[in-house]
Amino acid sequence: MLTAVLSGFALAILAPWLTGLFKDRIGWLLALLPLGLTAYFISHVPAVSNGQVVLQSWDWLPGLGINLSFMLDGLSLLFALLISFIGTFILIYAGSYLRGHRYLGRFYAIILCFMASMLGVVLSDNLISLFVFWELTSITSYLLIGFDHEKNNARKYALQGLLVTFAGGLALMAGLIMLAMAGGGYQFSEILASDNDLLTSSFTVGMILCILLGAFTKSAQFPFHFWLPNAMAAPTPVSAYLHSATMVKAGVYLMARLNPALGEHPLWTTLLCSVGAFTMVLGAYRAYSATGIKKVLAYSTVMALGTLTMLIGIGTDHAMVAFASFLLAHSLYKGALFMVAGILDHSTGTKDLTLMGGLRRAMPLTVIAASVAGLSLAGLPPLFGFVAKEALFEAVLGAPWQGAALLVAAVGSSALLIAVAGSVAVKPFWGAPGDTPRVPHEAPLGMWLGPMVLAFTSLLFGLALYVPDTLLMGAAVTSVHGAPVDFHLSLWHGVNWPLILSFGSLIVGAILYALWRSSRAPLARVNERLSRFGPEAGYFCLMKGLVWVSEWQTRVLQNGLVRSYMIVLIMTTVLLTGYTLLSQHGLYITLEISDITFYEAGIALLMVASVGFVILTRSRLGAVATLGVLGFSVALIFILFSAPDLGITQILVETLTVILLVLVLFKLPGYSHYSKGYQVWRDSTVAVLFGLLVTLLMLSAFDVRYFESISSYFIQASYPEAHGRNIVNVILVDFRAMDTLGEIFVLSIAALGVFSMLKLRAEVPHDA
Amino acid sequence: MPEKRSSLVQVNTVILHTAALLLLPLQILFSVFLLLRGHDEPGGGFIAGLVATGAVALYLFAHGVESTRRILRFEPQEFLGLGLLFGLASALIGPLVGEPFFTAQWYTLYLGGNTEVKLSTVLLFDVGVYFTVLGALLMVVISLTEAED
Amino acid sequence: METLMAYVIGTMFGSAVYMLLRRSIVKLVIGLMILSNAANLLIFTVAGLVRGAPPLITEGLLEPATAITDPLPQALVLTAIVISFGVLSFSVVLIHRAYEVVGTDDLDKMKDTDT
Repeated sequence: MLTAVLSGFALAILAPWLTGLFKDRIGWLLALLPLGLTAYFISHVPAVSNGQVVLQSWDWLPGLGINLSFMLDGLSLLFALLISFIGTFILIYAGSYLRGHRYLGRFYAIILCFMASMLGVVLSDNLISLFVFWELTSITSYLLIGFDHEKNNARKYALQGLLVTFAGGLALMAGLIMLAMAGGGYQFSEILASDNDLLTSSFTVGMILCILLGAFTKSAQFPFHFWLPNAMAAPTPVSAYLHSATMVKAGVYLMARLNPALGEHPLWTTLLCSVGAFTMVLGAYRAYSATGIKKVLAYSTVMALGTLTMLIGIGTDHAMVAFASFLLAHSLYKGALFMVAGILDHSTGTKDLTLMGGLRRAMPLTVIAASVAGLSLAGLPPLFGFVAKEALFEAVLGAPWQGAALLVAAVGSSALLIAVAGSVAVKPFWGAPGDTPRVPHEAPLGMWLGPMVLAFTSLLFGLALYVPDTLLMGAAVTSVHGAPVDFHLSLWHGVNWPLILSFGSLIVGAILYALWRSSRAPLARVNERLSRFGPEAGYFCLMKGLVWVSEWQTRVLQNGLVRSYMIVLIMTTVLLTGYTLLSQHGLYITLEISDITFYEAGIALLMVASVGFVILTRSRLGAVATLGVLGFSVALIFILFSAPDLGITQILVETLTVILLVLVLFKLPGYSHYSKGYQVWRDSTVAVLFGLLVTLLMLSAFDVRYFESISSYFIQASYPEAHGRNIVNVILVDFRAMDTLGEIFVLSIAALGVFSMLKLRAEVPHDA
Repeated sequence: MPEKRSSLVQVNTVILHTAALLLLPLQILFSVFLLLRGHDEPGGGFIAGLVATGAVALYLFAHGVESTRRILRFEPQEFLGLGLLFGLASALIGPLVGEPFFTAQWYTLYLGGNTEVKLSTVLLFDVGVYFTVLGALLMVVISLTEAED
Repeated sequence: METLMAYVIGTMFGSAVYMLLRRSIVKLVIGLMILSNAANLLIFTVAGLVRGAPPLITEGLLEPATAITDPLPQALVLTAIVISFGVLSFSVVLIHRAYEVVGTDDLDKMKDTDT
């Protein structure tokens, strides 16, 4: 499985080169990889449908408990099959759709990376590697939405999608870490199998909220749904693949994956049902009211994601069956319809549904694919979408939480969706010819193949229910539910409530479709008013606020005054260190005078007096001379207290410092007195506080020894091992020679800096 | 302090002139002495480099930049580069003989009688420090003096 | 002696900070010089002050015969002294250049000319 995941990344590296080599045939060539992957995953179907779980693990960072470990159970297999199967046709489709595009190679590289990451998400058994793959899908999605980077909208909405999903990703990381702490490990297989009661841990609520935040942003649940329709700025193959069939379902996948562990928690049920149902209704309504074909499909995807979320929240046996069938049905018909949308856009030159009509003659093949997929979207027999819808109604009828409200929402959304199906699959092809910018023509093979195959898979699954039922969904339902569920799908259940509801929604949907044209204008007005208060307006407010705050804090903090930077730094140090010192160690003031000789006291006094003089004097020469006194006093201290090397060095450096100051400092103006009275007081306070802190720290530090000094080793080893009797020098040139090497480099850089500043001066004339 | 003070290079008395000339070789010799004994007694590359810089600086003030450059024969930055090169070379000798980076190597030369000279990468490194300090500080001092003119 | 030095070093740090906060650029340099001296002394002092026991091994012995002072902080301070000179010369020249270009020694006025 590692190979299965990594092969996508490997091929992505080669993709730009291969694109140059194979030009227009590249789509077919690259599609061989997902095709092979599909075959590979199908080969696992018999084992997995018998209830086996395939686990594989490679150590990655074993020290941190992070493995590249993969788990293939029913749920993963269903997703992996969808990803690789749909991916096959998307790659072929993209080859035609973007034929001759300047960045086709780049496109393939990113989309292959995406495919590999997505497989990584659904196959990961490790929370951390899941998170890494999860974020990789966000990044590749960003790159693909912004693929037409010369368009302002593409860039803007790419960033929007990225920020929303990344914000959720951060929350998700926190949630996953809490999950690992509460569940006792980073492996899903361990967490789900362990007896640790996740529901009673002190992390539970925070964990659920964080994980759901991640899942909701990724799967475009209200109030984060707005990024998904905007993501339609991407090329159509991307919309079909990422933003309907696969990536947006990552959040749904995660919720389904964790459902067995967290499904019992009331917060989980409540949030998933309410948010899911609301998103479902909102998505269906917006899909009905939109006119751009891609927007329509995007909102209907939002609706589908809401439905899936709600079904996980309901959590009954029926809901799990409905979840799996709806997931499968949606991926198939939505992938197909998006590709149809791309064909329509391509051949008519517009995305506006109101302009299209009567295309069936020009595009006989596309119309077949579109009709079949549309029927599945509308949920009509014998398509698989019908089975899914029946299952949905049955699940909602049995919902333990707010069943009535959910039922109304589900039926209403289904009715709207039927109208939507009409608008995308009937309206463009039938009726009077529309007024399109281009003369419509049939799409090439590469483009109609994908929608055709996906649409007919829907039909096939509807007719031969045995295939999805036993082979694909059984094990998936078991993984989501946590226990085996006995069920059988069928087209005909006899006359029961789901059938009646289905029929009812069909009638309402037909009426809504009839009203489609006349309802455009009023709905547009309503939507415009709503959008002023919608979450997207909030997003833009937040972005503006962020910019405003950063401008403000730059103005305040980066004000260009060295002094204010230093005051902030020093006072932060004083407050934090001082607080820690006082609270942890207490005040410790002492002065030992018994061991001080009179000349030592004299030197100390001289030092204090000289710094005092330096501060108070108004003469620059006086200050510099007094600094010399200070420097030589320091040298005396070194010599008195057993540091001859330091004493010599200090004296020599003092001498050179005098030369330096004479050469440079005296070319600067004299002591200027700029500060006002209050500034002097403020600065004095800061200075006194800092000096006090240093003194207190030193007094406290004298009797603190946290660990044995390494010096005893240096002393013992100096002569026997390093053949040197001056231990300081041995440390410098032998024991710690690496440090010294660094230091002489620093010295060299300083000298080069001086040199270049002075030499530049000679060459570049300036008006001082 | 008068702002229009004449440059230091023109401090030019006969005594200073002669003294600097005589002191220079003595001081350089002293710095080499400090460098070589540094491993056993107070001294070493840093101190020796500072002493040598002081010697050259004294000569510089007495005789000016031109003359100083003449007796130095090399640019200060060449000393700097040489020093860094020595420092790096001493680090790389260890790997050459199959030991870790910076492992000290010792070789003793016997020069007849009781004279023996201990050669080591450690000494090479200290020489590197010496030249780096000398080069860096001379670069500063000489560039500043030139900027003065 | 260490305790007395703690007060001396505290005074030096305080004075250095006060000088660093002046608007005159020359005073900034002087603050920098006091600061580097104070920091060197701090490291030296905190390790403990011992009289008359330099970290040298008498000729003919393998280890020091008597207890000696800690050599490690001395090694740290030795390079720090030389480097602080390098840094000082760099900053002095930098400040001098800034003064030449901007034409003022008032740090508050220097903030406006960088655009």
